[in-house]
Amino acid sequence: MSQKSNSQAAPSNASYWRNHLRDYGMLASLLLIMGFFEIVTGGVLLDPVNITNLILQNSYIVIMALGMLLVIVGGNIDLSVGSIVGFVGAIAASLMVYQKIPYVPVIVLSLVLGGIIGAAQGYFVAYAKIPAFIVTLAGMLIFRGLTGNLLLGQFVGPFAKGFQSISAGFIPDFRDFGLFVAADGQDQFYWLTMLIGIIGAALLVLVSARKRMRDAAAAMDVEPVALFIGKNVIFALLVLGGTYLLAWRKGLPNVLVIMGALVLLYTFITTRTTIGRRVYAMGGNRLAAELSGVRVERLTFLTFVNMGVLAGLAGLIVAARLNSATPSAGNSFELDVIAACFIGGVSASGGVGKVMGVVIGAFFMGVMNNGMSILGIGIFWQQVVKGIVLLAAVYVDLSQKSKR
Amino acid sequence: MSTILEMRGISKSFPGVKALRDVNLSVERGEIHAICGENGAGKSTLMKVLSGVYPHGTYEGDIIYEGEERRFARIADSEHLGIIIIHQELALVPLLSIAENIFLGNETSNKFGVIDWNEAIARTRDLLAKVGLRESPNALITNLGIGKQQLVEIAKALAKKVKLLILDEPTASLNETDSAALLKLLVGFKSQGITSIIISHKLNEIAQISDSITILRDGATVETIDCRTETISENRIVKSMVGREMSDRYPPRSVEIGARLFEIRDWRVDHPFHAGREVIKGVNLHVSRGEVVGIAGLMGAGRTELAMSVFGRAYGRNIRGEAFLDGKPLDLSSIQRAIRAGLAYVTEDRKSLGLVLTEDIKNNVTLANLPGIARRGVIDNHAETRVAQRYREMLNIRSSGIFQKTINLSGGNQQKVVLSKWLFAGPQVLILDEPTRGIDVGAKYEIYSIINDLAAAGKGVIVISSEMPELLGTCDRIYVMNEGRFVDEMPAAGASQEKIMASIMRQYGVAA
Repeated sequence: MSQKSNSQAAPSNASYWRNHLRDYGMLASLLLIMGFFEIVTGGVLLDPVNITNLILQNSYIVIMALGMLLVIVGGNIDLSVGSIVGFVGAIAASLMVYQKIPYVPVIVLSLVLGGIIGAAQGYFVAYAKIPAFIVTLAGMLIFRGLTGNLLLGQFVGPFAKGFQSISAGFIPDFRDFGLFVAADGQDQFYWLTMLIGIIGAALLVLVSARKRMRDAAAAMDVEPVALFIGKNVIFALLVLGGTYLLAWRKGLPNVLVIMGALVLLYTFITTRTTIGRRVYAMGGNRLAAELSGVRVERLTFLTFVNMGVLAGLAGLIVAARLNSATPSAGNSFELDVIAACFIGGVSASGGVGKVMGVVIGAFFMGVMNNGMSILGIGIFWQQVVKGIVLLAAVYVDLSQKSKR
Repeated sequence: MSTILEMRGISKSFPGVKALRDVNLSVERGEIHAICGENGAGKSTLMKVLSGVYPHGTYEGDIIYEGEERRFARIADSEHLGIIIIHQELALVPLLSIAENIFLGNETSNKFGVIDWNEAIARTRDLLAKVGLRESPNALITNLGIGKQQLVEIAKALAKKVKLLILDEPTASLNETDSAALLKLLVGFKSQGITSIIISHKLNEIAQISDSITILRDGATVETIDCRTETISENRIVKSMVGREMSDRYPPRSVEIGARLFEIRDWRVDHPFHAGREVIKGVNLHVSRGEVVGIAGLMGAGRTELAMSVFGRAYGRNIRGEAFLDGKPLDLSSIQRAIRAGLAYVTEDRKSLGLVLTEDIKNNVTLANLPGIARRGVIDNHAETRVAQRYREMLNIRSSGIFQKTINLSGGNQQKVVLSKWLFAGPQVLILDEPTRGIDVGAKYEIYSIINDLAAAGKGVIVISSEMPELLGTCDRIYVMNEGRFVDEMPAAGASQEKIMASIMRQYGVAA
């Protein structure tokens, strides 16, 4: 009897769907909500100008959500990220505006500062064993207060063009080198952006096809052919469509490039590296991981350092976008970041969550924010809707799990 | 004398295991009735059936209490009739006071739910006087020693108007003075008409105070001895407890013992919270290549604590003693160092300490040796898949594939995943803590075969087990542990369950 159940049969399509329903379900609901708002806003949502806005508004949420993913998967939480955004932005602005320090060293200093703040909080969580909720709640108050003291209610700015371009800038195009310039010299189609989109889409399809073939050769769990093709077509179309729309505006925003690179990097870290694997094991069962030789304290510490650096980066992006540091910059960002993680399927008890899920979760929130703003729905009703969506997403997720 | 309780034909099954088979128990009013049996014989299960932890309908058979058939749906039903059970792990809230604990869930309140603390404290004083505990009712539980906590539990039972008091291993963690006081208290209860059922491994105590003894073995009643008509010796009880035939439940193996591989000398460990309380009191242990060494002992003897303290100080503090591998001193100061030195520890509790249940078989198998499938911190997916496949086949892990989540595996297969993890870590010395607990006979045989293979490959294996037949069937040499010490050592060939039991019992000052 054992022989039969022990057989090497490839998993059926049905079982594959059951195991991966959540991943596709989330992507489908993001596409649905985008479609919905595209229709009710009369096409404003996917207008090139708005797409650029959507990316600029959500980039820092996505970037911080990558760090928050590791923190929550590791079994902790970080409530201080919004305050770190404000604090790092304020420090950077003061250094540039009052001390006249050039922006390049300021950027480096700001990232280091974020890392130091993360390390301080990580010390109390990992080594002093104070619950992360308490440590980062304290951090949230401390850094918000320091931000206020530093700025004394002032807006500190403006900044050099180079610094602003982190958020407001776009990658150079052929025209900047004197190529493909329209006859009348007006802004038209940004060919380099489109070209990058085409190459990106092609690479995406090629890489995933190669991976699938290798995995199949190694008898790993691969998705059914139809699903594989369908998924790749959708992704390729998203990339092509997105870059096409952006190419009609001003091309690829710098911040999108930063975000894209980080998303790829963290996908790699979480799925392919030993350190990523250990974070998941630690969150899934801290004691078992510890008894398997995982240094849980050091790892917890590192997740907070990492979170701090990313929050510092987000602080720079936000300051660059507003072209000033303000006392309220980053207010309640922690809630958006954490919500993005939970909507994206990260388990509150640790050990479970994916980069792709978190990115989709962040954009889900972003599209709702943006769509509702276009429709002129008041900020308070937006909060109500977001709260309901958060609760509903986790509810559906959990009830699905208990059914299995 | 009348019968207060009769349990007739009680059977209870868990998935894959028949825990109780047609058990009969008859208890007279006002007696002290002992229940004896090995670990896993079904004593605690029987008491859980009686107290309603397993509600009516989940077991077969009848419970007749005070002349009526009873069908308890929950613990509150049995407590309402005066059946109170005191578990081995005390159920007191550490940061509440004695009075608050005694009346927890049974508060002296008025109809609005407001507690009358004056009344509660006055009654607590009476109850504490009855059990002979001189403490303020406002003292916090956490500041009391374990013996006093036990008395608070009994006072709590008295507050509930107990008629039938059930004590599960009440003296297991008590010192001799506290034990004697507790036993005297139970004898005193007889004159007040309180009946007691006591579950205990300490046969000398049982022989002292019991009026009758029921012996369970493998989930069935062996016999009931009436101590009022028959004088009994511990030997008589031990024989009845362990008297089972050894058959070929263990795979044969050829023993080839090589050079001495691993050794610890004068190993001493203090309790992690109670500074200065020694838990492991000077243990010497050695294991050679190709040798399987067993550690026998009762629950609470300190076997797991010993193993975990050796494995990178995962338990205890102020750890002293020396460790050697191949005659060279070992640094076992962290779990990483212990693993790197060639140690592996397969935990007793595989769900909470052995597996990451949210992860699949593959990720669990490689967790303790990720560098083995990675280059510069980057995991080679295909190498990892091959490793997981190899162990899945080698250990015959029944599953839909290596991507199956470990939470969905049966106990035996979960244990094989944990074993795979440690085999892949490539250790020299493996410590297996209760490696077959809660798994079925077939899977047990497979695990014994793996132990044999490890020994044949020149590893040293240390098996901790509460099942003595298992130690006799798999080991070459057996240490007997009790109260933090090795009290005896014997070659398995000349050992018997009676002999092991006797060395444990000798510690309690009883000649078996």
